[in-house]
Amino acid sequence: MNTPVRTARARTSRLRRISGTASVHAVLLGYTLIAVFPVFLVMMNSFKDRRGIFGEPLSLPHAGTFSLEGYATVLSEGSFATYFGNSLIVTVASLFLILFLGAAAAHALAEYRFRFNALLKIYMIVGIMVPIRLGTVAILKLMVDLNLVNTLLALILVYTAQGLPVAVFILTEFMRTLSRDIKDCARIDGLSEYRIFLEVVLPLIRPVLATVAVFSMIPIWNDLWFPLILASSDATKTVTLGVQQFIGQFTVNWGAVLAALSIAILPVLGLYALFSRQLIAGITSGAVKG
Amino acid sequence: MTQTATDSAAPAALRRRRKRAGRLHIVVFLAPAVLIYTIFSVYPLAESLRLSLYDGLEDGSAVWIGLGNYATLLFDPDWARQFWNAFSNNLVLFFVHMVVQNPLGLLLAALLSLAPRFGGAYRTLIFVPTLLSVVIVGFIWELILSPLWGVAETLLGAVGLAGLYQPWLGLESSALVTVSLISVWQYVGIPMMLIYAALIAIPDELIDAARVDGLSGFAIFWKVKLPLILPTLGIVAILTYIGNFTASFDLIYSIQGALGAPNFSTDVMGTLLFRTFFGQQLQLGDVHMGATVASMLFFIILVGVTIYLALVQRRLQRYEM
Repeated sequence: MNTPVRTARARTSRLRRISGTASVHAVLLGYTLIAVFPVFLVMMNSFKDRRGIFGEPLSLPHAGTFSLEGYATVLSEGSFATYFGNSLIVTVASLFLILFLGAAAAHALAEYRFRFNALLKIYMIVGIMVPIRLGTVAILKLMVDLNLVNTLLALILVYTAQGLPVAVFILTEFMRTLSRDIKDCARIDGLSEYRIFLEVVLPLIRPVLATVAVFSMIPIWNDLWFPLILASSDATKTVTLGVQQFIGQFTVNWGAVLAALSIAILPVLGLYALFSRQLIAGITSGAVKG
Repeated sequence: MTQTATDSAAPAALRRRRKRAGRLHIVVFLAPAVLIYTIFSVYPLAESLRLSLYDGLEDGSAVWIGLGNYATLLFDPDWARQFWNAFSNNLVLFFVHMVVQNPLGLLLAALLSLAPRFGGAYRTLIFVPTLLSVVIVGFIWELILSPLWGVAETLLGAVGLAGLYQPWLGLESSALVTVSLISVWQYVGIPMMLIYAALIAIPDELIDAARVDGLSGFAIFWKVKLPLILPTLGIVAILTYIGNFTASFDLIYSIQGALGAPNFSTDVMGTLLFRTFFGQQLQLGDVHMGATVASMLFFIILVGVTIYLALVQRRLQRYEM
């Protein structure tokens, strides 16, 4: 029953909607290419020989240019397996301490009433605004006194101290929303305060723990400053520092440089492919709360 | 009736029992976190502030000189030149992030909040550079912009702009802005995500009401959504400010080295701190001047945070519902 005028109007509004959608996609797709292309370019060229890298940098490797010599150099010259192990130990241990100790402290702040509760919470949270790097001079002195220079433990302790304020902040806010009944029931059942924390509270906050883990993990894995200053020995180098120094030595060998970069990128991309959904959900939900 | 009676009686009994059982568990829960945080974060910061008030002597002892180190840093011609150069470079870095990164993040977030098809894929891919180590990002761009490889020149040539190409990272006039833009490329994902989260949290009824009032899509964004996400934009601004003064070290050190090459044109507070503390070339490392530079950074960040809390936060609260 449409009059000609109405169909015409409907058609123009549909046209406008389609062109609007097209421009939205054009901008998003364009920026996505800008974001991804440099990473892709490096990984693609890491599979080429020297001639391929310089002769045809923008084409995919083919039979004439394919080569793994860069990777061979990296694997024979650098101890990347050690560096990866170090990064993994430091990141996992720091994350465990941040989450476990942060949750315990947040539980105490959210659950019990005691003197200086509010003051203590502010004290713990101030660290969010003050970067720990500003204390580097004294941290190095402290680590020398404690005989911890060039140990992974030094990094783990510093990263734990760095991650605790955000963890305590987010977890305390969340724990305030947990119902008291469930904990009081557990008390009636005779559970100790420790078991209530471990067996009742911790399982309830698991989704928030994941958010905190994501927030804390990226800066630890990617940090250059503290590995450079506190643990630059060959046995304690992390991947980030290892790649930085390896590339510094091999600037002329482009194949090796590209391969080293790709080796450092690949595991991060792999993990991201597996966990991107949780990661993004964590960031967005954390942002809404914060 | 009995149900409510036990409900109100139980907590009272519990409270009595908890009091008897002592409060040791509170200490056990709090002590590890408070101790690690105090020893490795609060104490070093306080100690750095203290060290900045002393001067080292030949025999290794230190002597109190009050604000002498600050006077040296700000007024000694050699130090002052380095300090003001690094400080103003940081301001340029901050400015580029505020006018490029955050508006770009806002644009991308606004487009994503329209829920286009493949929105999740765009979001995931645009966030990829943010995950990578700054070291890796720095080297990737160093290679791409290198005149040796010629990729940047070829790509510009593809759009007919080959003549524009210059070795930007190597030129004093363009190195700092180039490094800033590399950092924007890496971190635009963070403001995008934060703003996106704020945009999708706006209740639909508000948008519907505005539409009933006859506002167009653009007007809705400008007059309804933007004021509502102002608190998030404030958070993005203060995060940019803090990150700019401390995190910029990693990128500059990777691409341009601890001297902020070429000719200190990319020197920032982070590289100045590193150089002062550890020494570089002919200059010996100096714990007390290093502590002074770190403390100056602390005060600079404190000023930013105070302005944010006092001014921005208070003004923003008026918009909250």
